[in-house]
Amino acid sequence: MPIRLNNVSFTYSQGTPFERHALRNVDLSIADGEFVGIIGQTGSGKSTLVQMFNGLIKPTSGSVIVNDILTTAKGVKLKPLREQVGLVFQFAEYQLFAETVAADIAFGPQNQGLSPEEVCRRVDQALVTVGLPVEIKDRSPFELSGGQMRRVAVAGVLAMNPKVFILDEPTAGLDPQGRDDILSQIAKLHKERGITVILVSHSMEDVARLVDRVIVIHEGELKYDGRPADVFRHGAELKSMGLGVPQATEVLQQLRSRGWNVPEVALTVEEAKTAILLALRDRGYKG
Amino acid sequence: MSIVDVRELRHVYQSNDGETIALDGIDLTVASGEFVAIIGRNGSGKSTLAKHFNAILMPHRGRVLVSGLDTREEALLWQIRQSVGMVFQNPDNQIVATVVEEDVAFGPENLGVPTSEIVERVNDALKQVDMEASRTHAPHLLSGGQKQRVAIAGVLAMHPQIIVLDEATAMLDPMGRREVIETVMRLNRTEKMTAVLITHHMDEAVRADRVVVIDGGAVVLSGTPLEVFSQYEQLERLGLDVPVATKLGIELKKEGLPIKGEVLTAAQLVEELCRLD
Repeated sequence: MPIRLNNVSFTYSQGTPFERHALRNVDLSIADGEFVGIIGQTGSGKSTLVQMFNGLIKPTSGSVIVNDILTTAKGVKLKPLREQVGLVFQFAEYQLFAETVAADIAFGPQNQGLSPEEVCRRVDQALVTVGLPVEIKDRSPFELSGGQMRRVAVAGVLAMNPKVFILDEPTAGLDPQGRDDILSQIAKLHKERGITVILVSHSMEDVARLVDRVIVIHEGELKYDGRPADVFRHGAELKSMGLGVPQATEVLQQLRSRGWNVPEVALTVEEAKTAILLALRDRGYKG
Repeated sequence: MSIVDVRELRHVYQSNDGETIALDGIDLTVASGEFVAIIGRNGSGKSTLAKHFNAILMPHRGRVLVSGLDTREEALLWQIRQSVGMVFQNPDNQIVATVVEEDVAFGPENLGVPTSEIVERVNDALKQVDMEASRTHAPHLLSGGQKQRVAIAGVLAMHPQIIVLDEATAMLDPMGRREVIETVMRLNRTEKMTAVLITHHMDEAVRADRVVVIDGGAVVLSGTPLEVFSQYEQLERLGLDVPVATKLGIELKKEGLPIKGEVLTAAQLVEELCRLD
């Protein structure tokens, strides 16, 4: 399910006084099996961008081609696309609606026309994948904790077996433990099933330690696209875009400005620790 | 003087599966002019507590006093709700009008503030959240973060004595979060407004005067950010976290570096390392 955007622009409320350019001339392609992080300020166009990936939003100009399907083609059927490109919205737990957890998760696969047995199997599998006990199936989703509800919502999309899995801020509002749980399950899913994962996040920390590639969107334009170690080198520019760098990187960049010979980027606490110890030794620190 | 005084507060939710004790005899005071951060895992009782601060919920046992007013007294409800401004997580549930400035004016209008003063209040509030440029826009066309800033402006326009932010930054980007926290800090420092910030972001909690950790409906830790975040292992057991700079400081200490005390921010850690060097 490769995704390709050619010179894509999108304008909300075109031709009205509220006209707003959400995306401008975006060129982008995502290959199968990539783990991509998308960062950008609120209102930068990230959410518009990911909704292009399954045809929920069609470009005002330019083209979006997903798995050889041009989303703007006349009479194109987008249902198969939407089944294969699963999108978990922000605060997806607000979209839970069924009486039981199982019924909620089953909604997607049922609409795909799967047999009851297959639906049942998918529900169980999705629950396991998001780390929820299967016994939870018959409970009302509304009696679960916030973190559990979020996972039920994620499971509902997973149960459709998407080839591309897009998550818009999956950890917003979760406590640190809940955040780590969901992210490690997503990472595992990517690793074990090799599906494409696209993570939209405001957390530089999460993006830094998880993804292979970071895409930075600013005022509707694609500003950076590269490995985390390359993108987070641009600390000053990212800050001017209302973003930032991971704290571990921040420490190293501040040390550099004080004349220390450390790398510009550390993606984890561990990396920063090693870099600092090495630099101290170089500087003849005896301790 | 304490502006919020919670004594042995108990709150129980009823559901089909039985009872859930959300608050189990909690004691907490917030001093006038204080900036308190409340942290705790999902389901620990943080939001339930916040809803007792302005009498959205009633104590099942114990009591809550706001500026000396008991939230159980129905006659005092309006007075209490005017003095405690709440900002919630989801801005879509908080916006009522079709134009930004009208939304911000909604609160003071209902308080019967004269029109000329409403205009002034709306101007000030929008300025404080940096949303003046969007004052004539329709809220539904704003992004999540912008909506949240409008919601905060709406609270500010009511001139409350306390502002309570219940995970109000959860949907915002790093800049949006910074702006909200800095707005809260400015209000706290210059207007002496009492602020209660409920958050999952440890780097926000370090900005407060005091951090209160809640678990199982009770206060388990309370102190300065330095005191609380030095309890790294206990926080981890509670499903919480410490700021990244603190964690890095602890790791370096384990490697034998004589890092003094605890570090809360990248800048503090850098100072500490340059001192060693």
